[in-house]
Amino acid sequence: MTLLYQNMQYIRNNIAKNREDGRTSEQFRDITIETGIIGRAEGSARVKIGDTEIIAGVKMEIGTPFPDSPGEGIIMVNSEFSALASPDFENGPPREDSIELSRVVDRGIRESKTVDVEKLCIEKGSKVWMVFVDITIVNHDGNLIDAAGIGAITALLTAQIPTINEDGTLNREEFVGSLPIKEIPVPITSGLINNTIITDMTKDETECSDAIFTVTTIENENYCAMQKAGPSEMTEKQMLDIANIAQKESKKIRSAIKATVKKHKI
Amino acid sequence: MASNIPEKYKTLIKNNKRIDGRTLDELRPVKIKVGVIPSADGSAYIEIGNTKVLAAVHGPKEMFPRHMINEDRAVLNVRYAMLPFSTSERVRPGPSRRSNEISKVTRHALESVIFLEEYPGMGIDLTLDIIQADAGTRATAITAASVALAHAGIPMKGLVAATAIGKINDRLAVDLNGPEDNFGQTDMPIAMISTNKNITLLQMDGDFSKEEFKTALSMAKKAIEPLFEAQRAALQKYYK
Repeated sequence: MTLLYQNMQYIRNNIAKNREDGRTSEQFRDITIETGIIGRAEGSARVKIGDTEIIAGVKMEIGTPFPDSPGEGIIMVNSEFSALASPDFENGPPREDSIELSRVVDRGIRESKTVDVEKLCIEKGSKVWMVFVDITIVNHDGNLIDAAGIGAITALLTAQIPTINEDGTLNREEFVGSLPIKEIPVPITSGLINNTIITDMTKDETECSDAIFTVTTIENENYCAMQKAGPSEMTEKQMLDIANIAQKESKKIRSAIKATVKKHKI
Repeated sequence: MASNIPEKYKTLIKNNKRIDGRTLDELRPVKIKVGVIPSADGSAYIEIGNTKVLAAVHGPKEMFPRHMINEDRAVLNVRYAMLPFSTSERVRPGPSRRSNEISKVTRHALESVIFLEEYPGMGIDLTLDIIQADAGTRATAITAASVALAHAGIPMKGLVAATAIGKINDRLAVDLNGPEDNFGQTDMPIAMISTNKNITLLQMDGDFSKEEFKTALSMAKKAIEPLFEAQRAALQKYYK
């Protein structure tokens, strides 16, 4: 917490009429998505939402499958809240918030069934591709989940599968093709500040919020993952309204992701 | 959700009955007992079907670690854990990513009903041990937790109870059991406050259309009612 009590009260009391940066309650800040920013990674993306900035990188390795799904590859999302991104972040093992972010982004990707995990099987029961999506926060100005979710799927869409040498090692200079991706899940997070629904909250707004609700939507407008956070309760109507906003906003962002990926050169 | 579904779990609904014989809007049998751990300030044991949970409250007491003290209100520390023998594959003891996240959402699910401001600078420890898991462990733990908090005499504006709404064989059903959770399409744990039916926890994974989400919310409202009754009955029985 870096916000003064007086500032917090100011934001809370005025939120229904005007936000600090002049946006309407449902309005996103400007979003930029870049791809191919880390040459060493199999896929990567940088996402900026206003002053929030994250980098997502995909690395692939060969590993053993889980016993209950011997014919399926493995996808893991992990995030790091590096101390460079905010005075609120401390170095050390992942804290609650970063675990929650990883798991919410992970569920969006997993539950949308976007990656065809059966195609990531090399030898049933013994060898599968393990796809690691690592997200690092470069600057924290709120709405980290949406930025991370956009970054993760963009990095996956641009990721290239390395060639396997005859001795079983990987050749990360030559590729056999893209990952089998079918769907673009997009998380949209809105919060409740003094009973007003606010989408794409800044860090200050997040600190003033009572409850937060993330809704991940897929192309056919269905929801594939949801997560309520924050200490306060929400009414049924508030949740339905936030889910509607997510349907609307995710469409614009999905188009932006597609446009970016289309322009991406391998 | 596993893609290789065993033959016997491909049909989860037959003649409007589920594999354990329940209708779509029927909860599993609920059993709640208050005051099961004498050394705790408040405790409860709950069974919902085959899911069994112990909840204990210690406090309000001195807050530890001290740097986490909040001078304005008590801090609720929640620790949710699946015990090693609670599932078919042994659970490795100690915190995991999953248990950390569930502890967090459980804390948020209960915080809004507790008058934490009554105990500035203090801590309330809530320990939730899953002794047997058959889906719905976080929901069951929350239902037990608010009974244990009431037993500890902690002032609250209402009870919190939770269940799950899921989608199995393309139809919505309440309170999924293990196979329904593993081989179904959607799982949505949800917690509500007894007095105003506002939502304090909601998570969802799987697939819901807008209409299904709306229906699921109203199904939850109806399904949770018997849980509030069971909570009240258990507390009344204890204090009789």
